[in-house]
Amino acid sequence: MRYLVRRMLHAVFLLFGVSILTFLFSTLAPGNYFDEMRLNPQIAPETVASLRTQYQLDRPLPVRYARWLNSVAHGQMGFSFAYNSPVGPLLWVRARNTLLLTLTATLLAWALALPLGIWSAASLGRLPDRALSWTTATLLVIPDLVLALGLLIMAVRSGWFPTGGMVSVGFESLSPLNKLRDIATHMTLPVVALVISALPMLVRHVRAAVAEVLDAPFLRAATGHGIPRRRLLYRYALRAAANPLISLLGFSLGTLVSGSLLVEVVMSWPGLGPLLLEAILARDLYVVIGGVLLSTIFLVGGNFLADLLLLWADPRIRTEAGAE
Amino acid sequence: MQALLNVENLMKRYVTGEFFAARESIAALDGVSLSIQTATTLALVGESGSGKSTLALCVACLERPTSGSIWFDGRDVAALGEKQQRAVRPQIQLVFQDPANSLNSRLTALEIVAEPLIIQRRFDKQARSKRACALLERVGISAKKAGSRPDEFSGGQRQRLAIARALALEPKLLILDEALSALDCSVQAQIANLLLELQSSLGLTYLFITHDFAMAAHLADEIAVMDHGRIVELGAAEKLLRSPEHEATRCLLAATPRFRGTANLPAGL
Amino acid sequence: MTPLLQVQDLHVAYRSRTGEVCHALVGLSFDLGPGEILGVLGESGSGKSTLAASLLRLLPPNGIITGGRILFEGQDVLRARPREMEKLRGRRVSLIFQEPSVALHPTMRVRDQVAEVLRAHEPLDFAARGNRTRQVLASLFPSEPDRIANSYPHQLSGGQRQRVLVAQAIACGPSLVLADEPTASLDPTTQQEILTLFRTLRQALGLSMVLITHNPGLLAGLADRVLVLYAGRAVEVGPAESVLASPQHPYTRALLRCMPPLDQKSQASRKAMLPVISGESPNLSVLVRGCPFEPRCPEKMEVCKSCDPAAVPLSEAHTVSCFKFPG
Repeated sequence: MRYLVRRMLHAVFLLFGVSILTFLFSTLAPGNYFDEMRLNPQIAPETVASLRTQYQLDRPLPVRYARWLNSVAHGQMGFSFAYNSPVGPLLWVRARNTLLLTLTATLLAWALALPLGIWSAASLGRLPDRALSWTTATLLVIPDLVLALGLLIMAVRSGWFPTGGMVSVGFESLSPLNKLRDIATHMTLPVVALVISALPMLVRHVRAAVAEVLDAPFLRAATGHGIPRRRLLYRYALRAAANPLISLLGFSLGTLVSGSLLVEVVMSWPGLGPLLLEAILARDLYVVIGGVLLSTIFLVGGNFLADLLLLWADPRIRTEAGAE
Repeated sequence: MQALLNVENLMKRYVTGEFFAARESIAALDGVSLSIQTATTLALVGESGSGKSTLALCVACLERPTSGSIWFDGRDVAALGEKQQRAVRPQIQLVFQDPANSLNSRLTALEIVAEPLIIQRRFDKQARSKRACALLERVGISAKKAGSRPDEFSGGQRQRLAIARALALEPKLLILDEALSALDCSVQAQIANLLLELQSSLGLTYLFITHDFAMAAHLADEIAVMDHGRIVELGAAEKLLRSPEHEATRCLLAATPRFRGTANLPAGL
Repeated sequence: MTPLLQVQDLHVAYRSRTGEVCHALVGLSFDLGPGEILGVLGESGSGKSTLAASLLRLLPPNGIITGGRILFEGQDVLRARPREMEKLRGRRVSLIFQEPSVALHPTMRVRDQVAEVLRAHEPLDFAARGNRTRQVLASLFPSEPDRIANSYPHQLSGGQRQRVLVAQAIACGPSLVLADEPTASLDPTTQQEILTLFRTLRQALGLSMVLITHNPGLLAGLADRVLVLYAGRAVEVGPAESVLASPQHPYTRALLRCMPPLDQKSQASRKAMLPVISGESPNLSVLVRGCPFEPRCPEKMEVCKSCDPAAVPLSEAHTVSCFKFPG
């Protein structure tokens, strides 16, 4: 119990720390949203100045931070200059889209990685294992960007899949079922890209974790009891190999909002990625801070969840944690 | 003759428990007193959990007792400071049960035996090498194998190596914590013979910890039986075997595997 | 009466990556009847663990059975298909592994580990399986079966873990149990408990056992027959009393003499040198033509170097492989 409370406190402190640092770095970096406007000779300097005052960019740093914290408490998380609206709802809509993509991709990747990794470990050194290792090594080397672009090109050439965006024109007029199908077809390529980029590393980790366990005495003992091979692999070996995999799962969950930035931008998926990119380029301060904070929450949350899972899955850790 | 080691009323408590649960205090040693005369062997017999290993660690100055005194060669080592204890430790050496875990598998046999000399900064490199070789010969490891690593040795040879290492600093007291328990029967006999030979030629004192009553009776002048952190019976080996008084002693004797047989064999082939 | 287990001329070798061959078992033959306990007495390197693994074809990948036959209830084990082997293991022949601390799955509860064995062999539904598991655990842990059932291996003592291994072994009612050093890391009292347990099981369930150990004292009073293994060969086989009380083979004699006596008569020999077997344990990578014990034998003869001694019957049940005894 103490263990969990400590971890949660750590998490909260971490979030505060990250928000302060992000705030500091963003505001201390030269330039701000209105720089472009200032360069525009058609806009009077007084207008710019008054806009600045309006957005309170001239107040001292701690004051702005305090006001921002207050805004977070109200769910608004500051104000976006570019979109002229509170950041909170903006992030929320985009995050939803991103999560749609990444949750699907993560689930799919893990669902494929587990059996592939186990199969690889079970046939260690033989043909299936070598073929898989070669494939994963090749896929690992391909940069995500190339992958995403490659898929796009294929989509353009073949016309099978839409080439970007989340919904087609005239989406609103579709029936609910068709709406779903529309989103699904638009989702396919980004999800494929994400799965292909995540799968190799997962498969290799699963393979390594399971291979280490396959040599263990308790597995030989279980074979000696006549436990069928399949059950041995999934019920015995996988369970014993779970620890490093659960940590990996935590990492997977942690990058749910941040991992798809590249793919989203390339495939014009209206998620968090493009929003963040635009905001950084335009110096839309509060959007940037909001985005970074959201990513951090997921990262910390993912790890925390992994710790909880680990406590549940491994009784030896439970005993250790209790003895603290 | 004055006793080399005199343990008086030694207590060692460990505190366990979780944050919200009541803290428990376990007495690993609950008032242990014993003494060993120079150049003799005291066997400490008991079940696991009786406190034998804790006693070994305390006597070797690797654990601090909660209370009580350990008189070694006229000084109370339990009361000494860290620095002074370090000066005493070379005189009390330990040999453990599992040589696979207590020997550094990356070092050669020669390096393992020379290591204590290096740490204690004795002799120069050449002299150290010579001494290490001599020690290996003494315990029956031929010079040819001096360059091999522990995993190239058999269990018995590894234990000989551990003994050689323990002898490097010329200790007065050797604590053997289940040192023979993991070995085959014939190898146990060989190592037991080695220990006896070393004792008679070097005048070593042994604290022999075991749960094998037969080996204890064979090697020791006196046997102390431990149960739940206390010494429940102490006396000469013959007496304990003939008329054990305490329940724990009787249980241990009854549990020792025995078979009729050696009595009928002619002594010596 | 057909023997339960027949091992005929078994040869097992290990091949290392460098191509070195280590001959673990050489021409081993013995029989085991129903309800009989055979004690296999051997030291490190004698091939005893290889024997246990070979009987169920559980050798590591570098171990090969190069010759011989193993017949269990008339079935040829070495020619059985993988599915048949799965049905044999745990169901008709069980193996109790050596180290209880690593032979159990670290993150599965005890009752699940026993239930898995039942699940593999018995067509029981979930509830029935739970009942059987409870039954088996109750028979081995009369005082606190539920607490043990819910525990994880790291929460149990060495003796308790060993009992869990026994529970797994007898759960499906096998006719033969192989026990590889079942009391190696245990206290004397716990050792005795486990040995008594075996005795009880033999009586109650009519089990046959092959009990492998390096400690002759464990076999006295428990084993019906004893087989002495040296360098992968059976050097002496016979009724336990004969072999342990009046051993005939020079190796057996030397081995039993090594043990310090516990009876008072020989206390005069306290702190005397124990008679040891001279020389070193045999090098298994060389397949010698003669008797493997010859380099260390105090009674060796010329013929021992060149010829492998055949098994000579001394009496109806006692055989020795030594040229001392005319065949």
